[in-house]
Amino acid sequence: MKKTITLDVNGVAETAEVEVGQTLLRFLRDGLDLTGTKEGCNEGECGSCMVLLDGRPVNSCLVLAVEADGRSVTTVEGLSREGVLHPLQKAFLSQAAVQCGFCTPGMVVSAAALLRENPEPTEDDVKKALAGNLCRCTGYKQIVDAVRDAAAAMRAGAVAGGEAGKPAEREEVPA
Amino acid sequence: MSAPVVGTDVPRVDGLEKVTGAAKYTADLKFPRLLHVAVVRSPHPHARVLDVRTDRAARMPGVRAVASGRDFPLHTGIYLKDQTVFATDRVRFVGDPVAAVAAETPELAAEAAAQVHVEYEPLPPIFDVEEGFAEGAPLVHPDLGSYEVVPWIRPKAGTNVCNHLKIRKGDYASALKGSWKVFENVFRVPQVQHVPMEPHVSVARVDLAGKVEVHSSAQSPFTVRHLLAHCFGLPHGDVRVHVPYVGGGFGGKAGINLEPIAVALAMRCRGRWVRLMVDRHEEFFATVVRQGLTATLVTGVDRHGKVQAQKMHYLWNCGGYGGYGVNIVRSAGYTCGGAYEFPNVEGDSIGVYTNRPVGSAYRGFGMQEIHWALEQQMDRVAVELGIDPAEFRLKNCLGAGKSTVTGQLLDEHAGRVDLCIRNVAKAIGFEPDRERTPYRGKGIACAVKAPAMPNDAASSVILKFAEDATLEILISGIDYGQGLMTVVAQFASEALDLPVEKIRVKGCPDTDLSPYDWQTVASRQTWATGNAVFRAASEIRGKLCATAAEALSVPAEELSLRGGAVVHEATGRALPFERLVMGYQFPDGHAIGGPVAAASSYLPEGLLFLDPETSQSAKPVAKWTFGAQAVSIAVDPETGQVTVEKVAACYDVGKVVNPALIKGQTYGGIVQGLGTGTMEELVLDPKTGRAVNASLMDYKIPSTEDVPAEMAVDFVETAQKDGPMGARGIGEHTMIPTPAAIANALWDACGIRISEMPITAEKVWRALKAKERAERGAKAAGEARVPAGTVA
Repeated sequence: MKKTITLDVNGVAETAEVEVGQTLLRFLRDGLDLTGTKEGCNEGECGSCMVLLDGRPVNSCLVLAVEADGRSVTTVEGLSREGVLHPLQKAFLSQAAVQCGFCTPGMVVSAAALLRENPEPTEDDVKKALAGNLCRCTGYKQIVDAVRDAAAAMRAGAVAGGEAGKPAEREEVPA
Repeated sequence: MSAPVVGTDVPRVDGLEKVTGAAKYTADLKFPRLLHVAVVRSPHPHARVLDVRTDRAARMPGVRAVASGRDFPLHTGIYLKDQTVFATDRVRFVGDPVAAVAAETPELAAEAAAQVHVEYEPLPPIFDVEEGFAEGAPLVHPDLGSYEVVPWIRPKAGTNVCNHLKIRKGDYASALKGSWKVFENVFRVPQVQHVPMEPHVSVARVDLAGKVEVHSSAQSPFTVRHLLAHCFGLPHGDVRVHVPYVGGGFGGKAGINLEPIAVALAMRCRGRWVRLMVDRHEEFFATVVRQGLTATLVTGVDRHGKVQAQKMHYLWNCGGYGGYGVNIVRSAGYTCGGAYEFPNVEGDSIGVYTNRPVGSAYRGFGMQEIHWALEQQMDRVAVELGIDPAEFRLKNCLGAGKSTVTGQLLDEHAGRVDLCIRNVAKAIGFEPDRERTPYRGKGIACAVKAPAMPNDAASSVILKFAEDATLEILISGIDYGQGLMTVVAQFASEALDLPVEKIRVKGCPDTDLSPYDWQTVASRQTWATGNAVFRAASEIRGKLCATAAEALSVPAEELSLRGGAVVHEATGRALPFERLVMGYQFPDGHAIGGPVAAASSYLPEGLLFLDPETSQSAKPVAKWTFGAQAVSIAVDPETGQVTVEKVAACYDVGKVVNPALIKGQTYGGIVQGLGTGTMEELVLDPKTGRAVNASLMDYKIPSTEDVPAEMAVDFVETAQKDGPMGARGIGEHTMIPTPAAIANALWDACGIRISEMPITAEKVWRALKAKERAERGAKAAGEARVPAGTVA
């Protein structure tokens, strides 16, 4: 059975006919070719498929596409805008927090959700927020460092009112 | 000469693609009218296959191809060709592929696979390695004697032994007799899974002209091509393998994996793309795992605390097939003494077939497993002798002028394990007279590893310029996280004095266009591909200078490269690369030179085979990387939970090429080592042979919350003579000593030993209880001496 859904994906209104049993992950990857969101386990255990649904982090393998009808979705592709990186993406580069890169999109998305709620997270806050995002390469240290680094950059940017601190996520996304 | 680039934190050259989501992995590629594969797998650990009937499945709507063992009976395997694409007459583990279906949707493929009828006659399975090794054990491979095998692997027909490497150095028996004290212990390591975040996936098409094209998540595009060509009887030129970005491998994507199944199906539906993607459940047991190990060690020491006699008996649980695992057996043989000099050695490394999942390469290639045994043994001996464990290691460790178990004499360029031991001991506060707190302890362990590869394993590169003088570097080593692309850019930048921004490393190879590389394994890429880059860069330099010399009418030898230009220092004249790389044009219009490019390669020099009886060899491997780790832990006596609070790691890497990247490798290795050391084990149901924890819910790997609060990482730089700027391999070594260091810290914390990995809370709790009981018993008996609680 199919159903037509309309949703906001990275600021673009998308309308599509989807199988009711199709996951949001499948829809993003196969339907919209947004392959930055990865499939690592398809059972909500690894976090590689993390996206923001109305600003909240969800494992898109556990959400049906039809559940996203009328809502807004931010994927890793929506974090940078026209080549301008989100402070988290910059920090992941400068802190060498990327290795194979497969978990990176999910990590960055989960971290973006954290920083939206908590602009000054402690090391423990970051570890807790990213506990559902598995990485087999990095040992996590540089990832945690990168998130705290990005938080500091965003706070500095917010104080200065400059571009640096402005996350590229859509401000119009309802919380 | 501009500022050095090697030795600095150059950001990953593939980083931008990865943080934006632009990087494409195999499952991200789009193919028109893609077919999906479901594999029919054996539910039995060991059975005869009496009949496979695929006709009903083949007739189902949407099914485009069905293949089974009788269609493709050819053998494959990188060293020992003991496996067919699909099981033919016998299945050897739960998950062994028997047939496969390609259909228009994954659901149709799964439905059709369920309609393939296989008739089995169950045979008694062997899960235990000692059982498989015992005389008269049922044979897992009755045809072992007829398999094709490389000359340096020695299977024993009529047994389950797929390889046996013997080390005989000095006179072990006499030395043991002459020893002051003798210690014997047994250690065990279970099978574990690599758990790369990206599960295995391969896509294949056979076009109407018969050419095979494969896209695969693989560590070894050329080895995949080579083995596919062999397996399907095709010329290499008709097989093309692409490897896009790879989401982690850790050895599990080395050699050949899913590719033959995808190709077999593609042959039966020519013109269509066929994709085989295992899910996370299958990833745990149907793809390769790390081999299990049972190690028996005997150590004889003299009165001065020097080991005189050392026996090492390694029994490897290879699982159902040993195509790749046989070389781990070999590697563990010629490295059987670890980081120590043992004058009299009896070493046996023996690979045994069982009916468990297939053992294969896993980061460390057998070294974490043997170090689990060796480093605990050394610790036990030290403690028993009342010698500080760090001091005991220093007394016995390898170094310049010492000889390895194969009789190789190390020179001053070989790397300094002694400095690594001192470094981590200091970093963790491992002083013999340190203050003791109950249930808190410190432990230390060493590590050594050489690249385990054929003596002629080569890497090559192509360097060429784009019109704007961007240097393009083609490599076929895979950067699946370790940073190879970045390191290659740094080496080329250094060699040609060209800014990294002017370099593009093409790191996703295509065997039709990219230069040959054996495999991305063995921590060999920085070293082998790095050497090839310097050779090719030297050729590029020669070509640029020759053209510039003619253009400037100066001798070529007076020219140098600086910041992307050829410079004549004496006159201050310079030509930017842009004016040279496509050829230089004189004012009158005539042109010289031409598009500048160079190809070069590197093959390890002077490696010698091992003696077949004693394995003595003056140069069995290209290089050794030594290191050590020390940990401090806290034990919760109520729950047995071990918390690793700090890890100090130090390796002699020859040259730190990129500090940020090498730290990342080390943090990653430590945490992966902590995973196998304290959490991970692939558990099979002893009755059915099925994996009972084949999911990320039941098989836990470390998360952010398991990371030690502190990781102190340091490096020694004793230049490797044949290394690029002195560099040697490090990727795998970082996870080798962690579990043993934790185990040794456990003794230090509370006087218990866990000899079977992993050190779970349950095992610790049981050992603590056993120790309490023993202490109570001893007290009751009025004895002063307290025996240590030990749990197998």
